[in-house]
Amino acid sequence: MLIFENISLALSGLKSNKTRTLLTMLGIIIGIASVIAVMTVGNSMKNSVTSSMEGMGVHNITVGIKQKSSTRETTESGMTFRAGPRRQTLSKEDYITDDMMEQILSEYPNDIKAFSLTESVGNGKAKYRNLSANVTVTGVNDGYLTANDLTILSGRLFTEKDQKEGKKTAIVSDKFCENIFDGNPDRALGEQITVVLNNKYYHYTVVGVYEYEESAASFDMSSSEDVATQLYLPLKTAQEQNHNRNGFSQITIVASTETDVTAFLETVETYMNRRFYGKNENYEISAFSMESMVSSMTEMLSTISIAIAIIAGISLLVGGIGVMNIMLVSITERTREIGTRKALGAANSSIRLQFIVESVVICLLGGVLGILLGLALGLFAVRVMGYEGSPSVSSIAVSALFSTMIGVFFGYYPANKAAKMNPIDALRYE
Amino acid sequence: MEDRKLMIDLRGIVKRFYIGQPNELEILHGIDLKVCDGEFVSIVGASGSGKSTLMNIIGALDKPTEGDYTLDGVNIIEARDRELSGIRNRKIGFVFQTYNLIARTCALKNVELPMLYRGMGRRERSMRAKELMKLVEMEERMNHTPDELSGGQKQRVAIARAMANDPAIILADEPTGALDSKTGRKIMDLFHRLNEEQGKTIVLITHSPELAQETQRIITVSDGSIIGERKGDGKHADI
Ligand SMILES: Nc1ncnc2c1ncn2[C@@H]1O[C@H](COP(=O)(O)OP(=O)(O)OP(=O)(O)O)[C@@H](O)[C@H]1O
Ligand SMILES: [Mg+2]
Repeated sequence: MLIFENISLALSGLKSNKTRTLLTMLGIIIGIASVIAVMTVGNSMKNSVTSSMEGMGVHNITVGIKQKSSTRETTESGMTFRAGPRRQTLSKEDYITDDMMEQILSEYPNDIKAFSLTESVGNGKAKYRNLSANVTVTGVNDGYLTANDLTILSGRLFTEKDQKEGKKTAIVSDKFCENIFDGNPDRALGEQITVVLNNKYYHYTVVGVYEYEESAASFDMSSSEDVATQLYLPLKTAQEQNHNRNGFSQITIVASTETDVTAFLETVETYMNRRFYGKNENYEISAFSMESMVSSMTEMLSTISIAIAIIAGISLLVGGIGVMNIMLVSITERTREIGTRKALGAANSSIRLQFIVESVVICLLGGVLGILLGLALGLFAVRVMGYEGSPSVSSIAVSALFSTMIGVFFGYYPANKAAKMNPIDALRYE
Repeated sequence: MEDRKLMIDLRGIVKRFYIGQPNELEILHGIDLKVCDGEFVSIVGASGSGKSTLMNIIGALDKPTEGDYTLDGVNIIEARDRELSGIRNRKIGFVFQTYNLIARTCALKNVELPMLYRGMGRRERSMRAKELMKLVEMEERMNHTPDELSGGQKQRVAIARAMANDPAIILADEPTGALDSKTGRKIMDLFHRLNEEQGKTIVLITHSPELAQETQRIITVSDGSIIGERKGDGKHADI
């Protein structure tokens, strides 16, 4: 009961001193607002990135070669620096070969569902009679097609013969068909299309049409009309076209459903580095999965969050000291009031409660304003960045709790000072 | 008068300030004073003679350096902080020269304050406060804050507040000191009514010989000692 009286008393006191109250709360407002804004942005980013990454297959492990970090060059002046990537210096023994994959498969037959292999050919224009569509031409193996869950709308996937003999067959998207075959996938089957790549003409026969999915992660700014969709070739066809007989700079291992991807990723990386790249001076194997990327991204975000939390903590500390200062001023100003209250029978505890409540009211009010401001800023920033806004509920709750705690913590000393005043000294105070 | 209950019993009260310092100061030099239940006593004396210091000890706002004090049967010297606040809350009503109303708080809430500290419920509080406002003829102004009231009105609110918990004693330190004589007269009438109709024990400090003369007993303090005591007229002449 005394609490409610004290709250309304505190509020009326603060109302009559609006400017001062607002200035006092500023530190708290800024501190809380920055926490909430950063948390809102972080949370929204995490949510949308995580969900779009999860859509890309959690069982895929990407294995690639990367330059050894110990590779250094010494310049004439004797200074050492890290060599930049030198794609053109890749030599035959640097690539991941079919032979290696076979060995990995025989080593871990239960963990590997498939190898998803691609050979990038390039971007070009596909032509059929006088119609055309943009395509990204990629050679893929069967593992790729399973790993990426392509939905075939019409026709078929590549046959073993297509893959083995490097047939000039192609699988195109339904979007592609919209441009060229009036959106009728069945009409595309069996038709021969011409693809212009680097001013060279290639001819492929369409054997299948897959359903194009707009990926959430792609920030494709081009209009949906001329978006380049994937045109898949059998892997061997693409390799022959590229005159590539060496192997791959990057492969994807599709792990079995029951395999612990994070653990297996490290196993494969260690195995390959020891077995195939131990003697390689320039390159080593590096493996990652969506899961590991998501977790490293989450880790990065939480590191940022911690940094912000520390800054905000300092701001809140300063804000809290400001509140304490104002409370001390207010208590000095109201010394006679305190004396009067004591003369009327207020116990020390009542006086203490009155001023702690006042300090909590200031901090909590600052906290609420900070939360609102932080949400506004955070959600605005999230919208500008194009993510979906999802405020972090826990950080709002923690902020409210934290500002109450600041109020109690920094209000206690002044309140106690008021409570311990000698009634007659307080009454005589001028 | 002797058969009445003893309300205030001060024995050998000494008050010193700056104890143990070179400028140690003895303000009260062994005061003995007894006030019975229902008495209306006035304390007079020159400025700086120690009247207020004595009054603060009577009101349990300050403790004497030496001496014994029993208030309505309670040993004040040995009482702890918490008991003292209870005593101030229930047994004593203070009226100050400077009113000491709580700023930014309406008159009614000011009157409710002692009841709030007593733990009385909201509705009961508000009802009693309104009754008291009627008693001091301030019911029309009860929602005004102190800065919207005149000195005399403020003092009437302060008296209503002093009466809030129906205390046995009212202590008034120059309650009319800041008021003109006509307004002071009204305040004085109010004290007489409280004394006669409700049997309140009243101790009044005043610089006005006429007002002192209206009380039942006049105690003269000089330089920290009681130098004289005489009967007053007891009742004021009606205007
Ligand atoms: N807290 C204190 N510290 C030091 N000296 C004090 C203190 N309180 C009172 N005194 C001294 O005690 C003396 C008596 O003061 P007191 O206020 O009791 O006088 P008074 O009789 O009420 O005077 P007045 O009629 O002017 O109100 C004064 O000389 C004053 O300086
Ligand atoms: Mg005085």
